[in-house]
Amino acid sequence: MTISREEVAHLARLSRLAVTEQELDRFAGQLDVILQAVARVGEVAADDIPPTSHAVPLTNVYRDDVPTPCLTQEEALSGAPDAFEGRFRVPRILDEED
Amino acid sequence: MTDDLTRMSAAELAGKIKSREVSAVEVTTAHLDRIAAVDERVHAFLHVDRDGALQAAERVDRGEVTGPLAGVPVAIKDVITTKGVPTTAGSKILEGWKPPYDATIVERLRDAGTVMIGKTNMDEFAMGSSTEYSAYGATKNPWDLERIPGGSGGGSAAAVAAYEAPLAIGTDTGGSIRQPGAVTGTVGAKPTYGGTSRYGLIAFSSSLDTPGPVTRTVEDAALLHSVIAGHDVRDSTSIPQPVPDVVGAARLGASGDLTGVKLGLVKEFAGDGSEPGVLAAFRDSLDKLVKLGAEVVEVSCPHFEYALPAYYLIAPSEASSNLARFDGVRYGLRVGDDGNRSLEEVMSLTREAGFGPEVKRRIILGTYALSSGYYDAYYGQAQKVRTLITRDFQSAFERVDVLVSPTTPFVAFPFGSRTSDPYQMYLADLFTIPTNLYGGPGISVPCGLADGLPVGFQVMAPTMADDRMYRVAAALESVVGTLTPPAL
Repeated sequence: MTISREEVAHLARLSRLAVTEQELDRFAGQLDVILQAVARVGEVAADDIPPTSHAVPLTNVYRDDVPTPCLTQEEALSGAPDAFEGRFRVPRILDEED
Repeated sequence: MTDDLTRMSAAELAGKIKSREVSAVEVTTAHLDRIAAVDERVHAFLHVDRDGALQAAERVDRGEVTGPLAGVPVAIKDVITTKGVPTTAGSKILEGWKPPYDATIVERLRDAGTVMIGKTNMDEFAMGSSTEYSAYGATKNPWDLERIPGGSGGGSAAAVAAYEAPLAIGTDTGGSIRQPGAVTGTVGAKPTYGGTSRYGLIAFSSSLDTPGPVTRTVEDAALLHSVIAGHDVRDSTSIPQPVPDVVGAARLGASGDLTGVKLGLVKEFAGDGSEPGVLAAFRDSLDKLVKLGAEVVEVSCPHFEYALPAYYLIAPSEASSNLARFDGVRYGLRVGDDGNRSLEEVMSLTREAGFGPEVKRRIILGTYALSSGYYDAYYGQAQKVRTLITRDFQSAFERVDVLVSPTTPFVAFPFGSRTSDPYQMYLADLFTIPTNLYGGPGISVPCGLADGLPVGFQVMAPTMADDRMYRVAAALESVVGTLTPPAL
């Protein structure tokens, strides 16, 4: 057993997923199978090997500092579930007593 | 007549439209009629843009738009943004979203005169090998409607196989262009990573995602590749180098001469894991290539067996970060905002309602692999294995021009046969994933049938040597021919 039901519940909270009890039961078993399979990377002796994060060895890619057209405020807000006075409207972030 | 138009290659159609033998509107109408006739059964499309397509075709017929593929219809995988045209990535969380901008490759397709006819079905956020994880129902394989069309880009492959479009765009993160190509008897090419722009591609795994062509002929794939490829200032990982001459290479290969070309047979991929029918078709194709003058050299890539485990740590890790943007604030679904719940509660309810099971599994898996305490053993170790896989490719390419393998270990499987154990689904990408980790190009070309179902032959080339794979694929096509599915 590489991952417990409680760990999956914790990871779901970190991932902002309000998973159901049934999902927890199912995912815990499935993730255990997947983790046992992917843990095989540990068999490779790679202590001295540098990691690869990216296939293209590029660093600090800058474009010329020239203003170009971008989305209008209206376009940027066009897909928002809720907008108000030119802004994205969100549920409260702070408790009322804050 | 209209049936004939849907069966022609993009190259033929472009020629006939240019010479005014047929109009772009006739070609577009023929494909829209075909979609109307068969897509209820195939379900390749999530959205058909009938009006937009006809308007684009009219512009071609009026001579307002020219270009190498002027008037030829193209279908776009629904993970690529199209301005004002619904884009869902196969997810409920983006249902009804109309992007405010076009992806770079969509702009380039328009500049080339192609006619965008619709958006194709896919596994949600490109996670899957069957389209069974699409939130909008699976696409059916035109060869057998009881079987999967591959994934994630099963919609693009099925659309092309069912003559609903001569050209389609897919995206390949671990095989999502090539594996659907293999199981639908079509051509699917994954360009060099960074060879095609990711701007406007809804990100799954940013260090692996690569858009590319899905077609019925190798020449069409090369034509489409040449239109969408090339440096883009809006993608910082885009390679600032000229696009390899893929069209010239495809035409050279079609002459059927491979004298002096060295094919590397990956020892680790030659035996176990593949269905007997797949191996038989692959070996038969290898013999055909030898008759065309190619030389087969066995090469060892000892770390390839760790590619699948490394991929299923790297890709979910990147996905867990990329998919954090779906928070119910800027676009898409919002659930549970009743005025009392906090932002965090609304976010969690929105993501729970908007994401399907495979996406949730991968987000949780990625979050785990990136967690403090597990990072070094999982994500960090996977990145080191990625380095070793890249070195395996580099040393193999010192001895051979390209590597070859079956594209996927099994032919199209029946719906439901690999969904209960997610890892069984992951095995579909066993042979395609190493290329993604390395960043090189790979192509799947039809190489025959096994039990009446298509088998794909994969050619892998060094980074920015995409032309090599087109040459070998076209040579194989010249002796195998294209595959024709049973009438729908």
